[in-house]
Amino acid sequence: MLKTLMQIGRVGVVSEAPPAPDPALRLGQALRKEIARVFGRALAIRQVDAGSCNGCELEIHALNNPYYNLEGLGIKFVASPRHADLLLVTGPVSRHMEIALKRTYEAMPEPKWVIAAGDCGCNGGIFGESYASRGPVARVIPVDVQVPGCPPEPLALLRGILTLVSAAADTGG
Amino acid sequence: MVSSAARFSPLPGAVPAGLTDLEAGELRAFCERWRAEGASLMALWASDERDRGGGFRLHLAFLDDRGLRVARVALAESAPEYPDLSDLFPAAARMQRAAFDLTGVRALGGDPRPWLRHAAWPADWFPLRRDAPAPAPREPQPEVYDFVAVAGDGVHEIPVGPVHAGIIEPGHFRFSVVGEKVLRLEERLGYTHKGIEKRFESLSLTEGARLAARVSGDSAAAYAWAYCMALESLCGVAPPPRALWLRALLVERERIANHLGDLGALGNDAGFAFGLAQFSRLKEQVLRDNQGAFGARYPFDYIVPGGVARDLDEAQWQTLWTQLLPLQDEARRLRAIYDDHGGLQDRFAGCGRISPELAVRLGLVGLAARASGQTRDLRCDFPCAPYDRLAVNRVTHPGGDVAARVAVRFDELFESLRLCRAILEHLPDGAVRAELPPAATDRPGCGAVEGWRGPVLVALEAGPDGRIRRCHPHDPSWQNWPALEYAVIGNIVPDFPLINKSFNLSYSGHDR
Repeated sequence: MLKTLMQIGRVGVVSEAPPAPDPALRLGQALRKEIARVFGRALAIRQVDAGSCNGCELEIHALNNPYYNLEGLGIKFVASPRHADLLLVTGPVSRHMEIALKRTYEAMPEPKWVIAAGDCGCNGGIFGESYASRGPVARVIPVDVQVPGCPPEPLALLRGILTLVSAAADTGG
Repeated sequence: MVSSAARFSPLPGAVPAGLTDLEAGELRAFCERWRAEGASLMALWASDERDRGGGFRLHLAFLDDRGLRVARVALAESAPEYPDLSDLFPAAARMQRAAFDLTGVRALGGDPRPWLRHAAWPADWFPLRRDAPAPAPREPQPEVYDFVAVAGDGVHEIPVGPVHAGIIEPGHFRFSVVGEKVLRLEERLGYTHKGIEKRFESLSLTEGARLAARVSGDSAAAYAWAYCMALESLCGVAPPPRALWLRALLVERERIANHLGDLGALGNDAGFAFGLAQFSRLKEQVLRDNQGAFGARYPFDYIVPGGVARDLDEAQWQTLWTQLLPLQDEARRLRAIYDDHGGLQDRFAGCGRISPELAVRLGLVGLAARASGQTRDLRCDFPCAPYDRLAVNRVTHPGGDVAARVAVRFDELFESLRLCRAILEHLPDGAVRAELPPAATDRPGCGAVEGWRGPVLVALEAGPDGRIRRCHPHDPSWQNWPALEYAVIGNIVPDFPLINKSFNLSYSGHDR
């Protein structure tokens, strides 16, 4: 126990400041201001791998490490889509995951948002569209924000998430 | 034994490999002999050779004391069939089903259920047949799959997935339980199948390296190296020494990053969140140094045909060098904390055990096999450059439980840190990329690399004009997923996440 406490003391707090939102990541119309106001930054995310190579998952995991400290911003990953405000989707959508992805989206309460993460989620990536792959996430469910990258870095993912929830970045009304 | 050895003709390349052609009628007799000699089945796949007047072909890759053994079996166009091999090599069962789903080549007497095919394409349409017409547009439909039912008083089923409760890849687990005790687990995988083998056939040999790196992102360096090794075998060229040392550096750093991540997650799954916070911090430092030295946290495209994409300059070398010893000190401190933590060791010890005998019987590979008393490690058994100069220390543990898989990760982590220091210290000078002559089209090329999870295999055939004719990437998860079904028997349901994480198998690498 003493060793554990000493280690915690030795390391201290390594968390870093979050990035600024970037309206350029938005897809389609801007968010309604009141939604952003109600949620503030208290956001529950359900992540779905719809067919990724698992590279994006590595960087999504990193959001929870002490440097990015996502939970410190009031944002957390939840186990059920019924508890989620935001669906974070990776991968080209494999045809075998198409129904599961749609059902997950439908199980979420309104209002709800979707981020497509990674080059594959944004445009199908190197896998494209085929007998086995539907390609980009937006072909299967509505997408609000796209975060490209192969894999996208944690800061890019964080920027995408904060872009969604930041009322300041909202240009609509 | 001599007669079976004499039939193999050597294949050029970084790993010792031989090739033989068999008749379907003699396949089982040879497989029985190779099994008796201690060979394990590494991969099984099929190809359509009708455009070359050859019907179909079954390919099997074995690993034994002499290296990689590739056997090819010509199958008639009218009846592309061969005898079931799953009684000899249990790992063959799912590979045979997958080979049928993709090519229509059938194992007679094997499990007739589909494996990689769910409901996305019809049962009589085979994506890897060269004359397969474009598939008709198909509405997504749910799959009906014939799970094995367990009957008895008080038995009920728990279906889990494909969407899991965390940040995890998708797959389905069907538990049959009494109370909290698991009687049986049946896996249903294939959800992330994205047609990678078919996609390869639309790429040039050079472009293929990018796709190979994305078969399983957590093993990108191992896959990219295995692919390039296969291509360089076809081209009859070896990359410059410096490039090979840099490739090994990246593969060892990939092992370090994954082991750090798993060690943290295993602590977390046993209720010790401190472990996740600490190890994920160390992993983040490794990734940031990757960014500094290789230009990306996950440099998927650093390993390229002929060598590596960029050289390491003095400052980048320094970035990597200065990090290694502090990282080792930190990991040692954390290991002492893990070892002393009674609650943690209670959860790890005896949980999800695969005995050494079962590991042999199932053909377990890689990290999980070494945690069940097995010794195979390509870096030690068939050390290609630079491993031939590094004398990699083999890590093995007889326990077979979660605790053993944790111990092997710690030991391999420290060994990889040592290897990274040795690589940086003795990094040869010179070029980092060689020109590739045209690839041979009359033989396959093989690449095999000991990734962090186990041996990654890529078998490659070149077509005319520098295109890929056939590429089969094989993930060690194929062998180890069935073992997970055994490891959970008799354990309680709440221990499943911990047992599963202790194997940490790839869904994407398996589903392809």
